[in-house]
Amino acid sequence: MIERRPFTTLLAHALVLMGVLVVAFPIALAWIAATQTPEQIAQSIPMSMVPGDNLWSSLEQALFGGQTRKGNTLPAVAPMLWVSLVSAIIISTGKIVISLLSAFAIVYFRFPFRNLIFWLIFITLMLPVEVRIVPTYAVVSSLGMLDSYAGLTIPLMASATATFLFRQYFLVVPDELVEAARIDGAGPMRFFFDILLPLSRTSIAALFVIQFIYGWNQYLWPLLVTTSEDMYPIVMGIRRLMAGGDAATEWNVVMATALLAMIPPALVVILMQKWFVKGLVDTEK
Amino acid sequence: MTTEKRVLFKSKWLPWLLVAPQLIVVGLFFFLPAGQALVESVLESDAFGAGSTFVGLDNFSRLFADETYIQSFSTTAFFSILVAGSGLSISLLLAVMADRIVRGALFYKTLLILPYAVAPAVVGVLWVFMFTPSMGVISHVLKGAGIDWNHLLNGQHAMALIVTAAVWKQISYNFLFFLAGLQSVPKSLIEAAAIDGAGPWLRFWSVQLPLITPTAFFLLVVNIVYAFFDTFAIIDATTSGGPGKDTSVMVYKVYQDGFKAMDLGGSAAQSVILMAIVVALTVIQFRYVERRVNY
Repeated sequence: MIERRPFTTLLAHALVLMGVLVVAFPIALAWIAATQTPEQIAQSIPMSMVPGDNLWSSLEQALFGGQTRKGNTLPAVAPMLWVSLVSAIIISTGKIVISLLSAFAIVYFRFPFRNLIFWLIFITLMLPVEVRIVPTYAVVSSLGMLDSYAGLTIPLMASATATFLFRQYFLVVPDELVEAARIDGAGPMRFFFDILLPLSRTSIAALFVIQFIYGWNQYLWPLLVTTSEDMYPIVMGIRRLMAGGDAATEWNVVMATALLAMIPPALVVILMQKWFVKGLVDTEK
Repeated sequence: MTTEKRVLFKSKWLPWLLVAPQLIVVGLFFFLPAGQALVESVLESDAFGAGSTFVGLDNFSRLFADETYIQSFSTTAFFSILVAGSGLSISLLLAVMADRIVRGALFYKTLLILPYAVAPAVVGVLWVFMFTPSMGVISHVLKGAGIDWNHLLNGQHAMALIVTAAVWKQISYNFLFFLAGLQSVPKSLIEAAAIDGAGPWLRFWSVQLPLITPTAFFLLVVNIVYAFFDTFAIIDATTSGGPGKDTSVMVYKVYQDGFKAMDLGGSAAQSVILMAIVVALTVIQFRYVERRVNY
């Protein structure tokens, strides 16, 4: 702080607090709606801002589905949570593993087409799923990967940003380490596992946070490659809960599902905040 | 920056084995489909999928003669300008204020980065809930203010809804980058300006803002890319492109034409145009990154 200006500081607090309230409001409202019964939400317009005591039964209904008092049959969200968790972990781990391996090859070996390969990986930045929807679907379908974890995860595993980040990181690892390893008789893979990997721990943690959220939040891709309900991730399933339209929607269950869909990535971001911010800023450098 | 190692390992086959997994994924799921989109964009397949004929640039000229496509073009442009413009100004304001705050900074920051973790589809659901015409909390308040909110019938309301939801989701990201930018401005510069008698307002305009223009420019490109490509789920969960085609941005239209209407040639031509846009945006972004490295 350069000078004392209590009024300006107060204004800063007020504005940021207002921003925080606006940002937090939709999430808080989801929680309040999940604590009420569908009747409570529907009867008073606008809905009451006082949390009810229906949270557990909303969550239970969301998790396990079944018949509701309104007569709708709801799908169970618990299996969808599982699908989301498994695919987010496969996607983030897969991205990190294949990017580590290719960055290692590109930095520590000389081989024909090395630069070409690096550029091929890099160009994928310019080809997001959104611009090649139909043909990518065709490839996945002809490989028989629809409705499977393989189809949900493998096509999303290529990562230009991760490869680039690891390459930058490896380039500044001192050459003396390689020399020392070679004198001690270590081969390339021994060097990779015993020296390079432990050194890259923080970069790996940072990327894991970013890629886990990336994997968890996928929507368009699962929409394309899954048709059977037991392969729906939760982010996609929540959309289906609202299919009935305004009046028929069981908002308490929808909002309980929204909470379930938000909690895992939010926990990852909050618990790993330090790495998350580092990862976000690093990957864009 | 070094781009070469002095000390290397030697092996003829090992590097190939190491890059193989990435190359297989990239080749099968990125280059093959992108190539197919290029090929299909100049073909016309008949309705029964029995064969296709070469039609040159017909798909493209058909596209540009199509009013709904031109409309999706301008919808996308309008949408991204609104998202980038309001998103950047709100986050800059918050970051400048948060930069002054010492006490409670971590608390504010933690809450402000929460939207980053929320999936776009869930963002859509949260905002629809608040704006549902019959019972939404905010639509009720708006009704009290004399606005008969209905994003299912009114195109402007629908646009306002998706812009708000998209900006809300992106605030975290912009905020973190602006804050990092502001905090990397050397303290000595700000102190010097203060000694010369510049108040906080003048210091912001003449010292901090010029120094964070690279960050702002970078964020502008990122936000445009975000508005173009990453808002599909928000739109699908809130308006589904409606009412009519009022919120059908280009990515939404590719999906609808290719998957719902099965117009493969037209959808492929749209994909090719989108690819050209991403390439252009990426080139702009990287030219800027190079400049920043030199300066």
